[in-house]
Amino acid sequence: MNLSKLKPRKLAFVKEIEKLSHNHHLINRLEAIGIIPNKPIMVLRQAWFGGPLHVRVGSTTEIAIRHQEAKIILLQSIE
Amino acid sequence: MNCHQPKTVGKNINPHKRVALLGMPNTGKSTFFNRLTGGNAFVGNWAGITVDLLQARVKIEDETTEFIDLPGIYDLNGFSEDEKVVQNFLEKFAVDLVIIIVNATQIDRQIRLVLQIKALGFPAILVLNMADEAKHYGVKIEVDELSQRLEIPTFLMSAKYGQNYQRVYEQIVKKIKENNYSFQINNLTDQLLKIGAVLPEKIDQILGGTVIMPSNFLKTFTFKVDSILLHPILGLPLFFLGMFLVFQIVWNIGLPSMDLMGNFTNFLQIYLLESLLKPFPLLIQDFIINGIWNGLATVASFIPLIVLFFIVMAILEDSGYLSRSAYLMDALMSQLGLDGRSFVLQMMGFGCNVPALMGTRIMRSQGLRLLTMLVITFSLCSARLQVFIFLIAATFPNQKGATVLFSLYILSFVAALVAAFLLKGQFKNKEPFVLELPPYRFPTLKQVINRGWGEVLHFLQRASGFIILGCVAVWFLTNLPLGTTGLDTFGGQLGNFLSPIMQPIGIDPYLTLSLLFGFIAKEVVVGAFPVIYGMDATNLSNYIGSTVTWVQAYSFCLFCLLYTPCLTTLATMFNESKSWKYTSFSVIFSFVFAWLVSFIFFQTASFFGFS
Ligand SMILES: Nc1nc2c(ncn2[C@@H]2O[C@H](COP(=O)(O)OP(=O)(O)OP(=O)(O)O)[C@@H](O)[C@H]2O)c(=O)[nH]1
Ligand SMILES: [Mg+2]
Repeated sequence: MNLSKLKPRKLAFVKEIEKLSHNHHLINRLEAIGIIPNKPIMVLRQAWFGGPLHVRVGSTTEIAIRHQEAKIILLQSIE
Repeated sequence: MNCHQPKTVGKNINPHKRVALLGMPNTGKSTFFNRLTGGNAFVGNWAGITVDLLQARVKIEDETTEFIDLPGIYDLNGFSEDEKVVQNFLEKFAVDLVIIIVNATQIDRQIRLVLQIKALGFPAILVLNMADEAKHYGVKIEVDELSQRLEIPTFLMSAKYGQNYQRVYEQIVKKIKENNYSFQINNLTDQLLKIGAVLPEKIDQILGGTVIMPSNFLKTFTFKVDSILLHPILGLPLFFLGMFLVFQIVWNIGLPSMDLMGNFTNFLQIYLLESLLKPFPLLIQDFIINGIWNGLATVASFIPLIVLFFIVMAILEDSGYLSRSAYLMDALMSQLGLDGRSFVLQMMGFGCNVPALMGTRIMRSQGLRLLTMLVITFSLCSARLQVFIFLIAATFPNQKGATVLFSLYILSFVAALVAAFLLKGQFKNKEPFVLELPPYRFPTLKQVINRGWGEVLHFLQRASGFIILGCVAVWFLTNLPLGTTGLDTFGGQLGNFLSPIMQPIGIDPYLTLSLLFGFIAKEVVVGAFPVIYGMDATNLSNYIGSTVTWVQAYSFCLFCLLYTPCLTTLATMFNESKSWKYTSFSVIFSFVFAWLVSFIFFQTASFFGFS
């Protein structure tokens, strides 16, 4: 399960950020924005034409993030 | 100083005590800086308003202290240009105190940077800013306990509204007096490696029991507004509607204000200037009145409009809507090798292209940066706005004015999109897109006035330099050789010489001459009109209305919008890109592009019999 597949308005928790080659800058940025293990995360809405996701990280940080980048944010499975 | 040592702790090596403001983007560093120093740093609700160092000196208890406003930084390891500015600063300069500014409502994540700075050993004070919002959202912080755990003096404060500011100030004064050593890091990267990553356990240990965050389902004002403004279908139409209304306002308030200003300068001319000039020979009188005064008066008549325009810009930039527009436009922009931020920077370019160009420092991919800078130069800045308003008012019926103006703004976007489409193959870009969406905010009256006033000063500076220079040059060209008039003057001949290029796009030799000088600064185009025609603004407007058709005027506007950017813009493009090749490419590309667009417009319109 990753963030790009999460249904809007469903709360999930971050498991980890997938490490790929050459993406450590992105990982740094995501961590600085608060995307770290166990953090509650929620998709609020999606822009038209496959545009970015509007995501809430924790309770007070909101970001726009493309599907491409949302894919590497892995979530804990929700039972 | 020994370069092999990772850190230097020298006994007050600075001639003045140096205090740096450090923190993540958009946390209120510049707002705080302005309060501390009485400065006029740009403030805006967008991560990346400040992209360069800003310093100011103030006397604190008879001792000169230097404050530095730094760009926001997510990460001390960051790789974008604005983050490098901070890294370079920390490596090159010793500081006596670092004030870490954190957005209190986001302390759960921003604490990371605090822990990094502490681990590096900087003498620091921690300011939890935006206390007002924290209270509003229900973020609860045990400040004293937190301060003890961090071993850093910590304060909850509101830089915008001033709450608790006095206590922070006293603490700064105290610290500056106490600290008698300066701190500098010689190799930041090595030092960061040494201290290692900030572990989540460490964060929990600090925040556990000292900070309570609100529910994840918090329904704020922003949340409610977003469900309308970011609506998948309504979002974009609302954006364009808003923009249309704004230009309706600018037109309908701005135009009458110009007449008022015009009356005022007329009054000055008749009762002051002309009597002062009486004793001088006619040629001198003509030079002063037609060469300098008329040009300046015409440009000056735009001051109230410019102030109004920047008040609107200040509200827009502080609203938080800019990041939303990036969210709305990203899908389209990504198809063109750009991203949502490029769109935002284009909107910032409505004020002036220069800060928008510098704003691209937040981008890491060089390709994305260069392409974005290129399209920013098509953004309809406030100087071009003056040219267009003048021409539209002269050649179109008044009730159509706002719509015509709006169409030029839309075309400035469209031109940028087309240019990006043509060039995206040349500028490779794989930059990820992750952008903060801050809550909606509204500027205080003081912020708005500061901005308007700053712009007036900036304008007067340009007027006294570039604009006078341009007008004087135009006057000489249109009055020499002595005794000639019209197309026989040097200026006329120059215009004539260029007419094989300019005729096909409907621009006559006189107007060509104004464009030529518009290269210095776009205001010079308006300033040059009265000089070239030898009339004051009112007569000129009537005269142009009867000799230039609306098709010609619109073609002129298109050309003026897109052709070679002004000198300052070019200098900035070179500074940011450090490449002559790129800068000259931009000049040639925009010129050819402008000509083609005007040509297609003018010939099509003429073909269908409009003229
Ligand atoms: N509610 C509230 N808003 C604030 C406060 N301080 C600053 N702001 C707002 O926060 C936004 C960012 O302020 P800036 O001073 O530009 O922030 P900055 O840290 O300099 O930002 P960058 O230069 O982009 O890193 C603006 O909209 C400010 O009006 C505060 O204490 N309370
Ligand atoms: Mg700033």
